[in-house]
Amino acid sequence: MNNVTMKPPGQSGALYWIRENLFSSKLNTVISAICIYLLVKFTIAVVDWGILNAVFAADSTACKAASGACWGIISEKYQLIVFGTYPRDEQWRPLVAMVWFVGLIGCSLHRSFWKLWLIPLWTGSLIGLGVLMWGGVLGLSYVENTQWGGLPLTLLLAVVGTVAAFPLGILLALGRQSELPLIRIWCVAFIELVRGVPLISVLFMASVMFPLFLPEGVTIDKLLRAQVGIILFTAAYLAEVFRGGLQALPKGQYEAASAMGLTYWQTMRVVIMPQALRIVIPPTVNSFISTFKDTSLVLIIGLFDLLATAKVAITDPSWRAFYVEAYIFVAAIYFVFCYSMASYANNLETDLRKGEQH
Amino acid sequence: MSLNTQASAEDILIHINNVNKWYGDFHVLKDINLDVKKGEKIIICGPSGSGKSTAIRCMNRLEKYQSGEILIDGILLDDNVKNLEAVRKEVAMVFQHFNLFPHMTILDNLTLAPRLVNKMPRKDAEQMAMSYLERVKIPQQAHKYPGQLSGGQQQRVAIARALCSNPRVMLFDEPTSALDPEMIKEVLDVMVELANEGTTMICVTHEMGFAKQVADRVIFMDDGRIVEENTPNEFFDNPQNERTQLFLSQILGH
Ligand SMILES: Nc1ncnc2c1ncn2[C@@H]1O[C@H](COP(=O)(O)OP(=O)(O)O)[C@@H](O)[C@H]1O
Ligand SMILES: [Mg+2]
Repeated sequence: MNNVTMKPPGQSGALYWIRENLFSSKLNTVISAICIYLLVKFTIAVVDWGILNAVFAADSTACKAASGACWGIISEKYQLIVFGTYPRDEQWRPLVAMVWFVGLIGCSLHRSFWKLWLIPLWTGSLIGLGVLMWGGVLGLSYVENTQWGGLPLTLLLAVVGTVAAFPLGILLALGRQSELPLIRIWCVAFIELVRGVPLISVLFMASVMFPLFLPEGVTIDKLLRAQVGIILFTAAYLAEVFRGGLQALPKGQYEAASAMGLTYWQTMRVVIMPQALRIVIPPTVNSFISTFKDTSLVLIIGLFDLLATAKVAITDPSWRAFYVEAYIFVAAIYFVFCYSMASYANNLETDLRKGEQH
Repeated sequence: MSLNTQASAEDILIHINNVNKWYGDFHVLKDINLDVKKGEKIIICGPSGSGKSTAIRCMNRLEKYQSGEILIDGILLDDNVKNLEAVRKEVAMVFQHFNLFPHMTILDNLTLAPRLVNKMPRKDAEQMAMSYLERVKIPQQAHKYPGQLSGGQQQRVAIARALCSNPRVMLFDEPTSALDPEMIKEVLDVMVELANEGTTMICVTHEMGFAKQVADRVIFMDDGRIVEENTPNEFFDNPQNERTQLFLSQILGH
């Protein structure tokens, strides 16, 4: 038996792998050579610009003299980029809020935490985070939400957008399958309408049109309007994701449940949803990634998310030349978040597939 | 039909009177009449597409019918939700493809209806579930998931699950036709035992040995109609209708 798993002699090791995979034919060799050449060139250029010739001190004159990158803009402006115009002395509050938020998401994504107490945990956390960010109680100074900005705002819009859209999306998906025609028509109309327009127009509507329908004197917070817009937009997409999950379940599951006398809501709660949710977690995470990036559109209604604060940072005349560095910094932050979510979704998918086979 | 006209009204558990059903324009059930007494074992057979599944699915209202009436233990099956709830407690169904809930353990599959529908405490429900698992001879699988069991074991679990609702009638829709041949017997054995204990059963099946062993009556359906109805011996040895003869020669012939 041992012989079977052993590789034939001379067919292992790095050299063998390289020969087999990169230089197995003439064409393959040419392609590999070109790729390696480009990779080396690119790496050298990046290292030259980004490290060897770069200036790391927050000194704009030195930056202008140097031929490489100016990371000084980051050390000079990172507070503005990450926290927006939140008062400097209070910036520990958004920092704590973010760490809390990320920790909470991390927990919620772990399978062993998929219990009902996630709901009170989230509700409590959102209240706690609101207190922390707004202040005005417990000796915290009051910070208006027009001063929120940067990464905390981006995270807030994306996370609350996805978490609140989740139950709404479930209801829309169920409504779309409903036997009551009015409910079905409403749900279909909402889903298709929202999916048929870009997020930017939903945000415009939320900020410009929505107040027109309100009675004179009543105003709704700009941030809240944007948040509602994002929730509704995400919910329409999630509804379609859930519909896919519901349709993936065999009809026999519904039939067995009704044959044993379960009510519609019991069937949904214990039979259908637990199975459908497993199927839709990975696409939901992907939808979260899009939402996370799409929140940068709130700039157009005057909110300062992570990308917008970077734009503000480079309006400073002495640092204006170094916008590339500022954008790279922001891109890196986006990448860290999106990439970790995407790998999580992949792992989970593999995990769940294994789970089904037993 | 003449066989049970003597039955008194209280003995009749299922009363089907002139039921007709259409799928769109397609007339799938035509003038179905059937009375089933308490403790009776009825076998339904017939060619594929003749409406057997539709007929038994009407008996627990997985399908609606458009005319006629079905009474289960005196309860009229119509759009009335209360009636439907009552009937669903009395009638249990075993499906061709088992339809176990794959995300729950065997034990949870069995205790679901007792706990949610009959509001039984979990402990009692589990005790009852274990006793039924013993009856279908797989108590040791209680904590596994359906995906870990063979087809025959899954179908026996499905039977135990149906029994857990304490039904007065068991409906079976081709319970062995999705099984590998070597597993058919273990399921039929369980069903024979149920039959011997006096369970009222209506079973769509082509297992003729089983039919001969347990059936009080065999019903033959063709093209949405009940074409012939007889005792198993008469039915198999002396079929009256020529379509029955053709059908029997096809399934017994080779
Ligand atoms: N949901 C449905 N819609 C339309 N036609 C159906 C539906 N279900 C079954 N049928 C048709 O009704 C007929 C009877 O089906 P069925 O009761 O499943 O037959 P059997 O169980 O005897 O094979 C078949 O011709 C089938 O194609
Ligand atoms: Mg059938």
